[in-house]
Amino acid sequence: MDQSPLLKVDDLTVAFRTDAGVVRAVTDISFEISSGEVLAVVGESGSGKSVTALALMRLHPKNTEITGSVNFDGIDVLALSEEEMRSIRGRDVAMIFQDPMTAMNPVYTVGEQIAEAIRVHTATSKQAAWDRAVDLLQLVGVPEPKRRASQHPHEFSGGMRQRAMIAMAICNDPKLLIADEPTTALDVTVQAQVMEVLHDVQQATGSAMMLITHDLGLVAGSADRVQVMYASRLMETGDLDDIFYESRNPYTMALLNSIPDLEGVKDSLEAIPGNPPSLLNPPSGCAFRPRCSLAVDECAASDPPIVLVGEAHASRCHRTAEIGMGVEAMS
Amino acid sequence: MAKSTFDQENLDPEYFDSERYEHHVPVFSAGEVEGLTEAPQTFGWLAWKRFRHHRMAIIGAIGLVVILLLFIAGPMLSPWEFDERNIADRLQGPSSDHWFGTDEIGRDLFVRTAQGGLYSLRIGFIAAILATAVGTLLGALAAYFAKGTDIFISQVINMVLIVPALIVLSIFSKYSGGNATSLAIVLSLLLWTRIARVVRGVVLSIKEQEYILAARAAGASHMRIIFRHVLPNVVGPVVVEVTLLLGTVIVLESTLSFLGLGVQPPNASLGTLVADAKGNIDNDPIRVLTPGFFIVMIVLCVNFLGDGMRDALDPRSKNERG
Repeated sequence: MDQSPLLKVDDLTVAFRTDAGVVRAVTDISFEISSGEVLAVVGESGSGKSVTALALMRLHPKNTEITGSVNFDGIDVLALSEEEMRSIRGRDVAMIFQDPMTAMNPVYTVGEQIAEAIRVHTATSKQAAWDRAVDLLQLVGVPEPKRRASQHPHEFSGGMRQRAMIAMAICNDPKLLIADEPTTALDVTVQAQVMEVLHDVQQATGSAMMLITHDLGLVAGSADRVQVMYASRLMETGDLDDIFYESRNPYTMALLNSIPDLEGVKDSLEAIPGNPPSLLNPPSGCAFRPRCSLAVDECAASDPPIVLVGEAHASRCHRTAEIGMGVEAMS
Repeated sequence: MAKSTFDQENLDPEYFDSERYEHHVPVFSAGEVEGLTEAPQTFGWLAWKRFRHHRMAIIGAIGLVVILLLFIAGPMLSPWEFDERNIADRLQGPSSDHWFGTDEIGRDLFVRTAQGGLYSLRIGFIAAILATAVGTLLGALAAYFAKGTDIFISQVINMVLIVPALIVLSIFSKYSGGNATSLAIVLSLLLWTRIARVVRGVVLSIKEQEYILAARAAGASHMRIIFRHVLPNVVGPVVVEVTLLLGTVIVLESTLSFLGLGVQPPNASLGTLVADAKGNIDNDPIRVLTPGFFIVMIVLCVNFLGDGMRDALDPRSKNERG
C-alpha cells in the first residue's frame, strides 16, 4: 500500500427506484484494493455485494442512481462515457459470474467465446485468438483443451465450465478480477478445485481480485483482506486475521459462529435469529439491531459510524470499544 | 484431480488418455472423436449432422428438390411452349402428349403448372426473406432497447396488423400490373409483423440471460451483442416461423391470384391456374386439383424442413438417430 491503490471507492451509494419506493442496495461504502491483492466481500444474500460489483463495472440496471466516486487506476469510472467504459470492461476489469451454466452463450463453442472475448479488445486474427483460447483452457486445467475448445458449453460439466469462464476472464490480462460467488453453483469437491485455479491464475497474472462470497470457509483460504457487508452497509473491514480472530463486530462474530467447527463438538449450529431487514423499509438506527444479541438502546437511536480499531481494521458498531475489552457477543 | 492445475506434467497421463475419456462423451461415437482432434467442428457441420437424422425434414427437403427439378427441367423436356395455343387440342385430359391436359385455349397445363409454380415459389421466397429480415431486425431492436423504441415498434406492428390485407392488395394490384417482385414486397410489408412479434418475445427472454450480462462485462458493444449473442439464439424459433410464413405467402398469393388481384396474365401462378379451372370443376376436377396439389405439397415440405432445421440449429438438442 505504498502507492495509490488500484481501485479506490469512496462513499458509493447505489439506489434503485422501484414502484414501491427507493431501495438503497449499497449505502456509503468506501474501500480500496491494491494491485495483486485479494479482497473478499462477505455477506448474506441481498446485502449489496453483487450490486457493488456491478456498479463498479457500470453494469447496474437502468433506473439506478449512483453517487460517490469510483477511481480505478487513476480513472474516474463514474464519469466515463459508455464507450470508454466498454473499453475497460473485459480488458482492465473482468468478471466471473456465479452460475457457469447460464453465463455462456449456448450457440457458440467454448473456444469461440474465449476467442471472441479476446477479439473484442485486441486486433487478433481468428486463428491466433483461437490458439490463445486453447492455451488458456490448458492453463486453467481443462484436459484435452484442443478438443474441448470446439465443444459447446452444454457439453461441459459445471466445474469445467467455470474453469472456462475463468479462462475467458483472464484472456486480456485484466488488472482487476471480480469473482461474483464463483463457486456457489458448484459441488463442494469441485469448489475447492475451482478456487485453486482461481488462486493460481490470480498469482500467475498478478491481478487484484475482488472475491464476492457468502462462504467464510472460502475466504479463509484465499483472501488477504475481508470486508463484511450487511443490509447495504459495510459492517467490518480488516485483514484476514483481524476478521477471523479479532473481530470487533457482533454481525461478523455471529457469522463466524454459524459455521461448523472441526474442533469441539457442537450439538447444533448457531444460526443468526431472524431475517435480513427489508431495504425498502430499513429499521431505525443500526440495521443489524433487531437480530443482534448485544443491542442496547443507543443502537435504535442512531446508525453507528464506522470506526478504525486497528491499522486497517474498522468496525461499524456502537459497542466496538466494549467488544474489544472482552464483551462476549454470543453467549 | 486436486493437484495444482498448472503442472500438467505431473498429472497421471493415463487419466486423460483419450480412449478412456471417450466414455464420458456419449454424444459422439468413437470414430468421430478421432476426427475431432484434427479440425474443430463447425456449427454448420454439427447442424447438418443433426439435420440428416431428422426423417421428416429429409423428406421435406427431398420433396422440395423434386418439385423444383420438375418445375425447372419439366418444361425443357416438354415440346410445348408456355403460351402456345392449340385450339384444336383444348380441354383435353392428361395424356402422354399433354401430361396434365390442356386448358380452354389449348395451352399445355404441365408447362403452365411448372412455370406458375416457379412464379409462386419466387414470390414466396422473396416475400419470406424480406419479411424475415425486416421483422427480425425490428423485433430484436424493440425488445433489446425496450422503452421508447419498443413502444414505437410495437405500435407500428399493431397498426400493420389491423390493416386489412385484401383491401390494400386489391388497391395495389391496380397499379403494379401483377409483377412478382413488387407483389412480394407488398406481401412482406404486410407479413413482417408475425416475425417481429416472435423475435421480440424471444429476445425479451434472451436479454435477461446471464451470458448477455457476461458479454457486456467483457466489453462488447450493443450492436455486437445483438448480432453476435442475441440473434444467433433467435434462429431456431425464427426458422420455424419463416417456414410457416413461406407457406402463408404461397397460399395468400394463390388466394389473391384466384381472386384476380395477384399475378396478372400473361403470367401465371398456381393460384391463377386454380382460378382459371374453377368454372369447369364439375366436369374436369383434375385441372383444379393438379395446381392445388402442388400448393399443398410445397407448403407441407417447407413446414417439415423448418421443423428439422429448428432442431438442427439448436446446439443443445441431442444427436439422436432416426
